[in-house]
Amino acid sequence: MTTFLWVVFPYLAIGAFVAGLIWRYRYDKFGWTTRSSQLYENRLLRIGSPLFHFGLLLAIVGHAMGLIIPKAWTDAIGIEQDVYHLAAVGGGVTAGLMITAGFIILVFRRRTTSSVFQATTVNDKVMYLILGLVILLGMWNTLSTAIGEFIGNHYNYREGVSPWFRSIFTLSPNPDLIASAPFQFQAHAFLAFLLLMIWPFTRLVHVFSAPFGYVNRPYIVYRSAGDRPGPTAGSRAPQGTWRSPTARKG
Amino acid sequence: MRIMAQMAMVMNLDKCIGCHTCSVTCKQAWTNRTGTEYVWFNNVETRPGLGYPRRYEDQEQWKGGWKLKSNGRLTLKSGGRLQRLASIFSNPKMPGIKDYYEPWTYDYENLLNAPAQKNFPVARPHSMLTGEPMQVTWGANWDDDLGGTYKHGVDDVMLAGIADKVKFEFEQTFMFYLPRICEHCLNPACAASCPSGAIYKRSEDGIVLVDQNRCRGWRMCISGCPYKKIYFNHKTGKAEKCTFCYPRVEVGIPTVCSETCVGRLRYIGLMLYDADAVLAAASLADDQGLYQAQRDVFLDPRDPAVAREAERQGIPVDWLEAARRSPVLRLIKDYEVALPLHPEYRTMPMVWYIPPLSPVVTALQETGHDGENAGNLFGAIDALRIPIEYLANLFTAGDVGPVRRVLDKLAAMRSYMRDVNLGTEPQEDIAAAVGMTGTEVREMFRLLAIAKYDERYVIPTAHVEHAHALEELATECPVGEGPGEAFGSRSGAPVPVAIQTLRETKARMQADDMAQVPGSVSYLQWDGKGVPGKATPQEVAERPGIPGGDR
Repeated sequence: MTTFLWVVFPYLAIGAFVAGLIWRYRYDKFGWTTRSSQLYENRLLRIGSPLFHFGLLLAIVGHAMGLIIPKAWTDAIGIEQDVYHLAAVGGGVTAGLMITAGFIILVFRRRTTSSVFQATTVNDKVMYLILGLVILLGMWNTLSTAIGEFIGNHYNYREGVSPWFRSIFTLSPNPDLIASAPFQFQAHAFLAFLLLMIWPFTRLVHVFSAPFGYVNRPYIVYRSAGDRPGPTAGSRAPQGTWRSPTARKG
Repeated sequence: MRIMAQMAMVMNLDKCIGCHTCSVTCKQAWTNRTGTEYVWFNNVETRPGLGYPRRYEDQEQWKGGWKLKSNGRLTLKSGGRLQRLASIFSNPKMPGIKDYYEPWTYDYENLLNAPAQKNFPVARPHSMLTGEPMQVTWGANWDDDLGGTYKHGVDDVMLAGIADKVKFEFEQTFMFYLPRICEHCLNPACAASCPSGAIYKRSEDGIVLVDQNRCRGWRMCISGCPYKKIYFNHKTGKAEKCTFCYPRVEVGIPTVCSETCVGRLRYIGLMLYDADAVLAAASLADDQGLYQAQRDVFLDPRDPAVAREAERQGIPVDWLEAARRSPVLRLIKDYEVALPLHPEYRTMPMVWYIPPLSPVVTALQETGHDGENAGNLFGAIDALRIPIEYLANLFTAGDVGPVRRVLDKLAAMRSYMRDVNLGTEPQEDIAAAVGMTGTEVREMFRLLAIAKYDERYVIPTAHVEHAHALEELATECPVGEGPGEAFGSRSGAPVPVAIQTLRETKARMQADDMAQVPGSVSYLQWDGKGVPGKATPQEVAERPGIPGGDR
């Protein structure tokens, strides 16, 4: 079971993630969008969305710091555990609060604004559930690390979870490192890989459209009419339907 | 000098009767789909009025178009690139559905299914976004023919600064229609706003299009366009806009809106321009000079040097010939009667307008004067300063000079042609008073009043060597409706454009006819396959309240 959870499953998830992204990009460029619902409602979105997204960006930086940079490196350049811990917990709590607040606002908006709820698919709901759990557990991890420091019951993830995470990518997976971690760290890791697994098949793909190229692109794009691919290249047919309210009655 | 060809349009507002045929046929052709219920690539606004979406011309609110920085360089009014990227998670300047209107339909089924009763059953309005019953409080054309203008009219952005002086006379004498499509600008702010680079200007004919496979739904174009002519398809999550009916134009036929215009007020033709000069022209400091600056960007294909250079740069000979015969060129450059809509947005729009003279003539006749006498008319145009200032706000950034000159020409043409029609000696001094010759006036009259189809639309076909890419020839026409609720629940009902409907789409695409596809077909999106909403004879018989049905 340990091997499956912490070796087989992560590789499966990463495989599905990479293959799924490639497949979706080749097959469904037309479906590749943020699926914004700003047209329907803006008052809550204006607060919730930036909170959530900027929080996520912060969290990504934090995860990169905590998971990818080995403890030995920070030790080598003389960053003390206490200092690191303070930065990690400070940043982590900030990011966590932003994400949690944003997520709650956005989900509340999605449920209570009728038109936004109408535009929510089962796919979305499953994704939000998993995403919500990952956030919740991540918050728990951050807080337990912070509180653990005070009560002396401290789990240092940089000695367990982080080396395990790196071991996956160095192709020498070491499941024992995480098997001894507290439950909330295990659950967070597992669900995060599950999220990765379904990622390409949800609206989350818009993350990979982050338009950095805009910064140095010429303002006006010219293109020849002859540059057109065939009508269906890289895309499924446009689809989606609105069913008349009368058709749905009863 | 980089010579480019631009497909352009001129609309003669004097002839617009506000029938909305252009809007309706355009909608039938392009936006009768799910997600585009509120989308009008072509709309006709009554002016004075709020426009669509409401008060779209208030760029202090919407921040559309370009502005000059203090160093004289052009930047998007909504901010620089980094500032815009920073606001990507929630576009601060995007109109909401309430600024357009919440699309609705009626519960027609109730008319058939209501049980026998004393009162006549009604079809209540239902929101097309939520499916719930709704109160209709605004629509695409709510202030049509000044409807409600007593209440909303003061909100017309173009009245700013002149409202207090003119409002009263305005309400009594002045109204005209303004049909609007995408301007297919030379300096499109929508394209400049697009983070993904999905909006492009076609190098052959200048038509501005959205690449649906590259659009990622960031919605920046919607706020970038000062004319608010890019719309968000809330079902596909992509931007859509007027295509200048490029599949039609490529094979030499006019756009749907032009083709079906009952007033025959639209003209389509090519304009040649110097693409290298666009940026400098759009960066002119003086707003009121932008009209002239844009005119100076245009090149005259009848000039042999221009023609030679254009040919050398690869513009086909038949396109040059079409450019020489372009009615748009004559109206903009020769007669100087066409004006751009809101040059102050600095996008260099390419759908131009001949401002309406009619309110002046009618007002004059109502006072008992001869409305077509040249002296009376010239005087009246001055006296009725109100329309001129309003028109100037629309077409010349407030500079009444060019508008005045156009109206003078139109007035002179009426007076001059009256003598021709009555068989009396035409008065050449009328023509001379507006800087034209009698022959020119007659030619202009012909173009404005009686020009036939092939004079109004001079559209060269796209080139055969590109035929494989032409939309009309290679089309697979995949627009349509997928079958209904994939996952059953209420909130999942409008099946989105996303991965989970793959199988259903396949089934639909591979089906010979809709009968093979499970689920019913709604009338609204019926694409001609199958029988929409057809009930079986048994269902009809079992309907309560139908005479003879249940007794």
